[in-house]
Amino acid sequence: MTSVSVPVVAPAYDCRQVFAEELIALARADERVVAVCNDSVGSSNLVEFRNEFPDRLINVGIAEQDLVGVGAGLANGGLIPFVSAAGPFLTGRALEQIKADCAYSGHKVILCGQSPGMAYGELGPTHHSVEDLSWLRAIADLPVLVPTDRAQTRAAIRWAYAADGPCYLRIPRFRVPDTIPADALFEPGRAVTLREGSDVTIIAIGTMVSRALQAAEVLESEGVSARVINTPFVDPLDEDTVVRAAVETRGIVTVEEATISGGLGAAVASVVSQRHPVPMRLLGVNGFAPTGDAAYLLNHFGLTADGIHTAVVDVLESVGA
Amino acid sequence: MLTADTPTAARYRDARRALQGSEQDDVVRWLQSVSAEIRIKIIRMIDTAQLGHVGGDLSVTDILVTLFGAVLEVDPEDPRAPDRDRFILSKGHCAAALYSTLAWCGYFPEAELGSFMAPLSPLNGHPNRRKVPGVETNTGPLGHGFPVAVGCALAARLRGSASRTVVVLGDGEMQEGSNWEAAMTAGHYGLSSLTAIVDRNRLQQGARTEETKALEPLDAKWAAFGWEVRVVDGHDHAALLMALLPSATGRPVAVVANTIKGRGVSFMEDRVEWHHKVPTADQVRAAIEELSR
Repeated sequence: MTSVSVPVVAPAYDCRQVFAEELIALARADERVVAVCNDSVGSSNLVEFRNEFPDRLINVGIAEQDLVGVGAGLANGGLIPFVSAAGPFLTGRALEQIKADCAYSGHKVILCGQSPGMAYGELGPTHHSVEDLSWLRAIADLPVLVPTDRAQTRAAIRWAYAADGPCYLRIPRFRVPDTIPADALFEPGRAVTLREGSDVTIIAIGTMVSRALQAAEVLESEGVSARVINTPFVDPLDEDTVVRAAVETRGIVTVEEATISGGLGAAVASVVSQRHPVPMRLLGVNGFAPTGDAAYLLNHFGLTADGIHTAVVDVLESVGA
Repeated sequence: MLTADTPTAARYRDARRALQGSEQDDVVRWLQSVSAEIRIKIIRMIDTAQLGHVGGDLSVTDILVTLFGAVLEVDPEDPRAPDRDRFILSKGHCAAALYSTLAWCGYFPEAELGSFMAPLSPLNGHPNRRKVPGVETNTGPLGHGFPVAVGCALAARLRGSASRTVVVLGDGEMQEGSNWEAAMTAGHYGLSSLTAIVDRNRLQQGARTEETKALEPLDAKWAAFGWEVRVVDGHDHAALLMALLPSATGRPVAVVANTIKGRGVSFMEDRVEWHHKVPTADQVRAAIEELSR
């Protein structure tokens, strides 16, 4: 088989700087905007925010249940809290606070999961946030957003600020190139079609989008027309775009930097199996990761252009294509 | 979402206004009569629903009545007023006591109490702020209300609002780690507008607190976390009124309110089985008779 390891030539960015800039811009324009963190001033890139708005950065110390509960109380008190912490601790330790205090209570808390997926690499599975999408997708009234690049991170933050209720968003850390067109829609339940195609569909989020596009290019050179769809809202998912892909192409591959137990792939499979079954392959994290840096681990789990290419070939072979 | 019962809300407002010039003894006598009324409503709600947490409802009643009767600055007809005082019942399983108190204030019609826990009732077994005005946050799982109250108090400070925040915790609930995270945060920030009241009835679902996982010395624990501590008889309305005065130290105020689970119904008092036992028809009659004396 052809090697499809396409080196990333475009410049790649960590989106935490965009997060910091957007938050400061919102805070300058609206005095209700506050940041809440769990000692994570540095890792959440909130130093500049603290310098400009010292009273509006609330640090509850290393206490994630309190972090999210305090966020809900700040929302109750008329403020707009951006609660920021490393994804694994924010979503794992404070899961019941996210459910009861934010989603069920209808408190508009913007939950910002920093260093998501396997961004913490060598620190190991305790520090990997790969279950967040599954856990939070199961909670009602809580949109789950996975922005891809700098433009989409800005769009996600602005959408969350203007929304009526709480949401969870991953703040990308693993460097990726800018891939989402500046004029792309950013609305709940709306996907972005990044590349048209008629043989197969790849649905990708976050760090996997640029890799999906690379795989599609290689597939095209091999005569396979791959549609590439990005769903920045994992919940609510754009079901109609998914069904259209199932109807118009012969198979679907989902790819996410998250466990395949309950995340994007499971969400897509749920729609496809009920509305228009076609063969699927789910790419994601499967089991606790071994030791390795983030790039190594993505490679380990096949979350690369190569891995996506292989899954596409496999799903097409299964339908006799 | 339920809406206010205008005549009741108006009566409540008038009663609160009339209290301003009253002698303390008159205020206390009035609060005592309201407490008796609320306790009877709680028994009737639990009898109708055949479900509930009667023991804790009766231990917390005098605290709720003192707060809504004479302390909190709230308007049942404007339950989301930005500068309202915030009240959070962290021990959300005592929803019957909260609902009957809120209905007495006029947040919603009293007739609604008859739907407690019935299918599709807004009055769920644990309070829901999206359905019941006067409820600030959805509690039920223990250890949730207190951090939210800390957030409310922080928001008031940042907004320059005079709003006070009061949270009522169960004593068994103080075994939850999240509460001590919140206590530490409030102590660190010196949230003097925040009052945390522990309904210290010394019983939890399965046994006495001190047998289960000892809380004592509870006052010293609060003090160590940076709080001004007031230990009172949680059934003495006059003592509660004193304990609910604003902070004198610039620190948040912890009120350890010593109470009796099942207070007011002699056969329920201080008995672990009445955590969530439902009284028989005869027991309901006996309870209401005793509470009507």
